[in-house]
Order: sequence, then structure tokens, then C-alpha cells
Amino acid sequence: MDKNKISEFFIEKGLFITAILSIIFIFLIISFILLEGLPAFEDYGFFNLLFGFEWAPTDGDFGVFPMIIGSIFVTLLSLLMAVPLSLLCAIFMAEVAPNKVRKVLKPVIETLSGIPSVVYGFFGLIVLVPIIRENFGGTGFSMFTASLILAVMILPTIITISQDSLRNVPHEYREASLGLGATQWQTIRRIIFPAALPGIITAIILGMGRAIGETLAVIMVAGNVVQIPNSIFDPVRTLTSNIAIEMGYATGLHYNALFATAIVLFLIIILLLLIANYIQHKYKVDIGGGSL
Amino acid sequence: MSIKLLSPKISQKIMNAVFILSGIITILILVLILGYILIKGLPAVNLEFIFGNPIDSGKSGGIFPMIISSIYVTIIAGIVATPLGVGAAVYMSEYSGENKITKLIRFGAETLASIPSIVFGLFGLSFFVIFLGFGWSILSGGLVLALMALPTIFQVAEVTISSIPSSYREGSYGLGATKWQTIYRVVLPAAIPGIVTGIILGMTRAISEAAAVMFAVGSSLSMPLSIFDPGRPLPLHLYVLATEGISLDNAYGTAAVLVIFVLAITIISNYIVDRYQDKIMGR
Repeated sequence: MDKNKISEFFIEKGLFITAILSIIFIFLIISFILLEGLPAFEDYGFFNLLFGFEWAPTDGDFGVFPMIIGSIFVTLLSLLMAVPLSLLCAIFMAEVAPNKVRKVLKPVIETLSGIPSVVYGFFGLIVLVPIIRENFGGTGFSMFTASLILAVMILPTIITISQDSLRNVPHEYREASLGLGATQWQTIRRIIFPAALPGIITAIILGMGRAIGETLAVIMVAGNVVQIPNSIFDPVRTLTSNIAIEMGYATGLHYNALFATAIVLFLIIILLLLIANYIQHKYKVDIGGGSL
Repeated sequence: MSIKLLSPKISQKIMNAVFILSGIITILILVLILGYILIKGLPAVNLEFIFGNPIDSGKSGGIFPMIISSIYVTIIAGIVATPLGVGAAVYMSEYSGENKITKLIRFGAETLASIPSIVFGLFGLSFFVIFLGFGWSILSGGLVLALMALPTIFQVAEVTISSIPSSYREGSYGLGATKWQTIYRVVLPAAIPGIVTGIILGMTRAISEAAAVMFAVGSSLSMPLSIFDPGRPLPLHLYVLATEGISLDNAYGTAAVLVIFVLAITIISNYIVDRYQDKIMGR
């Protein structure tokens, strides 16, 4: 009996250690990125780096502002394309579609989310870039092409999570509305959609996080010119692209500046998470349907 | 004051059409992408391509070292992340209850899941490659991928373990089993299908990843013989072939092999999980 108690004790402590490891890893990741990135902020100046327009590592210029704009624009444009389609598809799957159709759509969406991002980028490079070049001019490597690819990549994220929150809306809501003589579309628009809104917003924010963090697929189609784009058919460079393109040969302060780029990316993502948390808390009280 | 242009019945019909259209578009996108990659890529795939070494930095020849690199890093990721993720999930659902530390742990896992892959890449370079001195190697790449797979495995396992009915545990305690015996003999076996799904999800994330490993595995074209050798997993190979314009044909072939790999893992594991679920449910 005593032996059992001792081993139970050690098992519990061991499991506790595995549980706190994810916190330790976060801590390690953040400290190593900060350790390597802060020297660039110190040397070049926090505001110069954040709001500088010039990125010319050979001349010692490390302004990432065009890349911040690039990341934000590409992400917003991809959301603009992905959100309407994925919400319609989520509502279709959760509320309208018969079971048979749902059974076809579910694996389709799982497969879409399983395709490696490099394959999406490759598809964009081979298929979309020439199409855009022929129809809209320029090189075809553009903010628009990148957003299009990102939109496809974030579809499954937004569909899956918003579908879950639509399904979590209590049945009574639906029945009461239909019982009052509302049509199905009226019920969806006035009752179910508003009730599922917190979860849907979470879904959009998670999709946004995936879009802003995507690297190689964007590099392959965005053109990667460091500039503030004038039109959506201009090439752009995002924060993530900047790191991946130049890390291979960066040394000295340039190396640190790329880690600083990652810190900027981090700050933007933390901001997004805070907004997501705030929105969830604001809406959560009265419904409780918005899981995640 | 809203102007009613359409009667509810007509707008219902229009919306039904729009919904069906959205479903069709989603299916079309998948068919288009998969179809294109497979139709263009499969002709390049043959035994020579799969089991051959790359010639002339990938212009011709095969992708065998890349397939082996991919398998290597994915297995390392699975071996490292599975015990950590499942252990954490058991602790969270069976031992801790809700308190400040568990909230922090859950927040940690969510944050870990939302870190962009390129940041993992930077961490892998500065921590595993340089600080720990593992160099550009399969080991460094696999460990980075383990970190990326960890939150997925943890989150799915936790949901599954928490959903095991408490009557299972009570029955086991009633027979005089200790807490760990109950977990090990009763709770975990019942949760296996969900846990395996989590592991598979984590490992497909690992096998698809290029940005996180590009500064950690070293991008060597030769066959990795041990975990301390550099390698080049399939996604990274595809990226290099496509962006450096080395060989379009081989890029198509690599993309097709990669897609088939991921699809096969998903389909086979789903099948196994279904079978197991039937078995323990006594069907």
C-alpha cells in the first residue's frame, strides 16, 4: 500500500512537469527571440525600426514599416475574400445541408486544411501568377495573388470553428423562432447567427492569425519588393517573408534585425489575441455558446 | 423603416441557392488544387523518382533522401511531443482541477499554437542549432517540429480524456484500483481513438512544415544517416525547387508525393481509429 502511494506521488509530479513544459517552452522561445532581436532595437532605435521606410541591410537601414503594412494588407484582403464564403459554407453545413451532403463536405474541408502550405504556394506560383499577369498586368506576383492563396488556406479554419459554434446554439432558439412562423433564413439571420457570433469572431481571428503567420506560400507569390503598395496588384513583402528570405545569409546587426522583425510580428499577434479575448468576454455572458 | 424588396419566401429560396453554391465552390477549390497537382505531378512519379538520389541539385534524379528526411523529422517530432502532450493532458483532466496554474498552462498551449512557423524556425536556429550545439541536423529540425505538434496533441488529448464518463473511473475505484491504475488501465484505453487523432494531426502538421525547419535541418541533398546529419524534408525541397526554378517537373512530382503522403496518413489513421472505436464499443 505504501509503495503504491509513493509511486502515485511521483507519477503526479512527473505529469505536472509535462504540463508546465509548454509554459517553459513559450518562455524559452520568447527569451531567445528577444535576446537576439533587442540589440537591433537598441542600435537602430525602436521607432526608427518600427516606422522606418528604408530596409537596406547593406547600408545599415532596418525600417520594417513597409513590411508591417504588407502583412496587414495581405491579411485583411485575404479575410475579405475568405470570410463571406466560409461563413456561408459554415451555415450551410450546420443548418441547411442534409446529412448526406454534410458527410461529403466534412472530409473535403479536412483535406483542404491538411494540404501543406508549400503546396498551396506552389499552386499559386504555377497557376495563379500567370492568370493574374495576363488579366491584370504587372508580373502577377502581387498582394492580390498572395491574399487569394491565403484566403484558400484559411477557409478550413474559419469554416470548422464557426460551424462548431453555430451547432452549439441551443435547439430551443431555433424551434421558438420557427414556431413563430419565421422562415429558415430569417431564423438563421436574426437568431442563430447573432447567438453564434462570439465563436464566429474567434474563428475569424484564428484565420487571421494563420494568414499573418504564413511564410513560404506568401513568398512564392507576393513578389517580395520592400515597398508600400499603391494597388493590390503591386508586389509586397510581409514581415514573415522578410525573415525567411534573408535569414540564410544574414550576419551581425542584420541577423539581429531579422529577429527584431519577429518581435514586431509577435507584438501584432499578441494584439490580435487580446482583441479576440476581449470580444469573447464581451459576448460570452449571455450565450455561452461560443466555445474555444 | 426597412424597405421590403423580397418576400420572406423568395429570399429563403435565394439564400438556399447561395448556400448550396458556397458548398460547391469549396468542393471545387479542393478538386481544382488537388487535381492539378496530382495530374501534373503523378506522371513524374515512378520508382526511380521515389528511390533515386537527386542529381544536379534536384534538376533530375529522385527524392529518396528527402522522403527519408521527412519521415525522420516527423517521427522525432511524434516521439518527443506525444508523451509530453498526453502527460500534460492527463494531468490537466485527472489531477489538477481548475486553478490558476492550469489556466496558465492552457494559455501557454494556445500561445504555442498561435506562434507563426517562421518564429519557430528562428528559435530552432538560435536554440537547438547554435545554443545547444546540435548543428544543422535532423535532430534540430525534429525538435522544432515537436514544439509545433505539442499543442495540437495536448489540446485534442485533453478534450478526449475529459469526455470519458466518470462512471468508468468510479467503477475502477470501486474495484480497489489506485488513481494511476485507473488512468492507465481504464481512462487511457478508452481515450485512445481521440489521442491517436491528436497525434496524427500533430504529425501531419510536422510533415507539412517547411518554414520552421528551413534554418534547422540544413537543407542538405545527401541521405541523412543519423539524426545528427543534415537533411532536407519534402516541403523544403519543393520550396527550393520551385523558387529557385531548378526543375518544374521534379517540383510537380515532389508536390504530388507530399500530398499523397499527407492524404494517406489521414485516411489510414481515420480508418484505424474507426475500427478501434467499433471494437471498444463492442460493435
